[in-house]
Amino acid sequence: MRKQLVSFAILIGLLCAVPPIAYWLDDLFLLSLASRCLILASAAVATNLIMGYGGLISLGHAVFIGIGGYVVGIASHHAFNDGMTWLSNGFLQLVAVLVLSVLVALFVGLVSLRTKGIYFLMITLAIGQMFYLAAVGAYDYGGDDGMTVFAKSRFLGQALSGHYLIYWVSAAYLTASMFLVARLSSSRFGLVLRSAKVNEARTRAMGYEPFRVRLVAFTVAGVIAGGAGFLMANHAGFVSPAMLHWTRSGDLIVMVVLGGLGSVFGPLAGTVAFLALEEVLSGITEYWAIPVGAILIAVALYTPQGVMGLLSRRRNHG
Amino acid sequence: MPDTATLLFLEQSLNALQFGMMLFMITAGLTLVFGIMDLVNLAHGSQFMFGAFIAAWVAGETGNFYLAVVVAIVLTMALGFLMEVTVLRHFYKRHHLDQVLVTFGFILILNEVARALWGAQGLSLALPDALNRSVPLLPGLDYSLYRFVFIVCGIVVSVFLYVLIVKTRIGMLIRAGASDRDMVRGLGVNIGLLFTFVFGLGAALAGLSGALAAPIMSATIGMGEPILIIAFVVIVLGGVGNVKGAFWAALLIGFIDTLGRSYMAAIISFLAGDSVSAALAPSLSGMLIYLLMACVLVVRPEGLFARRAG
Repeated sequence: MRKQLVSFAILIGLLCAVPPIAYWLDDLFLLSLASRCLILASAAVATNLIMGYGGLISLGHAVFIGIGGYVVGIASHHAFNDGMTWLSNGFLQLVAVLVLSVLVALFVGLVSLRTKGIYFLMITLAIGQMFYLAAVGAYDYGGDDGMTVFAKSRFLGQALSGHYLIYWVSAAYLTASMFLVARLSSSRFGLVLRSAKVNEARTRAMGYEPFRVRLVAFTVAGVIAGGAGFLMANHAGFVSPAMLHWTRSGDLIVMVVLGGLGSVFGPLAGTVAFLALEEVLSGITEYWAIPVGAILIAVALYTPQGVMGLLSRRRNHG
Repeated sequence: MPDTATLLFLEQSLNALQFGMMLFMITAGLTLVFGIMDLVNLAHGSQFMFGAFIAAWVAGETGNFYLAVVVAIVLTMALGFLMEVTVLRHFYKRHHLDQVLVTFGFILILNEVARALWGAQGLSLALPDALNRSVPLLPGLDYSLYRFVFIVCGIVVSVFLYVLIVKTRIGMLIRAGASDRDMVRGLGVNIGLLFTFVFGLGAALAGLSGALAAPIMSATIGMGEPILIIAFVVIVLGGVGNVKGAFWAALLIGFIDTLGRSYMAAIISFLAGDSVSAALAPSLSGMLIYLLMACVLVVRPEGLFARRAG
């Protein structure tokens, strides 16, 4: 616990160092990229909760990012076009994100968590596609093209915009969700969740019902990702069905795996690695997805524990 | 003489049958690979896409549609063998997460390769004149000859798979492998060869499906993934590894999706008025098959056509 607190202190120190550096370099693109990274990392933290600790591979987790994003987008649409400015209230939007994320998580969880293994993956993928198609078919809200968020969320008169403000809010949100997941995973609840991953029958024999624990974990992960979507819409100023496309869920899985499953800081490390890879390779070649794919195949073939796994293995051995 | 509503319904039903056959051709291989090798192959949709692109490309170069279909089958099968032998065979005993990662990597690569080879805007395929016409079916109802041919191809493939799986020695091994692959291995069967064969067969069927679909929907980058997701729904309903279940589930999904798209708007405007219909129908008609899947899972978590254990 003390060791973890030290790690958190270091993390906060690093996060605080980014804005001064960006200010010094006069590089707002860097700051914006860092914000995007932190927001995606908090969604990866959510994915890690169900996948790393719960052993559940969801190919539909981007749905919750979409929920958070579309709450902001739809509110902005009506605030801007129909003069319903009260919809821009950020507190109200957050309550909507919370309620919708919980409802959708319960629906998806009830349908998918009673099945096993490979079915969970296919069902989350299919339900994710269902929400994606719903967004594509919502012509009032831009359909396939999405919509620009003209009216950002407002908290007590302050709009959630500006590179520095978004950065600080994202950094605080990431730290908070990491802390929450770290505390959850070492709690009694987290131990049952992890034990159900390792051996479901024994967990049941000890008197715990894996289904219920998983449903709670899935719901918490949904809410965290919903919050990430809320931030993402305000940061990008744009929402579209691409936010909840199934490849976004695939990216989240890749980030978590690159960072190392079931580790507290892994999702952030994996997100940084993934975005850095994307930035560097897309600068070199138009066909940057080919080396990214090749790296994924190589990682799957040779390093089952991911980038963080490599680091910790080296630490353990030397 | 039947009225226009009946004729429209008949026409849409034939379209549904054609879509169902296309789905079955994709799903048959996928469900076998799931069932026998326990491999989650997200890249199966890429085989479908390559089938469509290769067929469109060969037909464009040579002008021969039939040759194009044959070349598409052969090349997608070769691609399947290549993927299986070089990479995927190392993943049969691995965690599903590793399989997701590696096949997700393949999707990224194959989509980019297709874009590099054939361009971002995709290829369309013009049918030969012999196929590109309508045949009179009933008074007042002409139906596309090509879609008829598609349905017939689907039936031929279904019969072929039935004979292969139920009547031949290879089929016996496939069925045995689907229920207990370790026992099959223990009995001295060269399971590696069987796996390669099944994987190549699945790839060839997906390629055939893509090649036949190319004149109808034209080849585009990423066309495989939406179809792959529908194939997953078919597998969830039909049961993993169950080809017969996949057949009926594919037809069911074909009908519900096609008829939903044609009648959803009318049904909603009848129930709730035109303005509601205009807002909801485009979303709801696409969501229909997934909602059906969710409902089925609530009642029967093991799927609609799944065999009972034991």
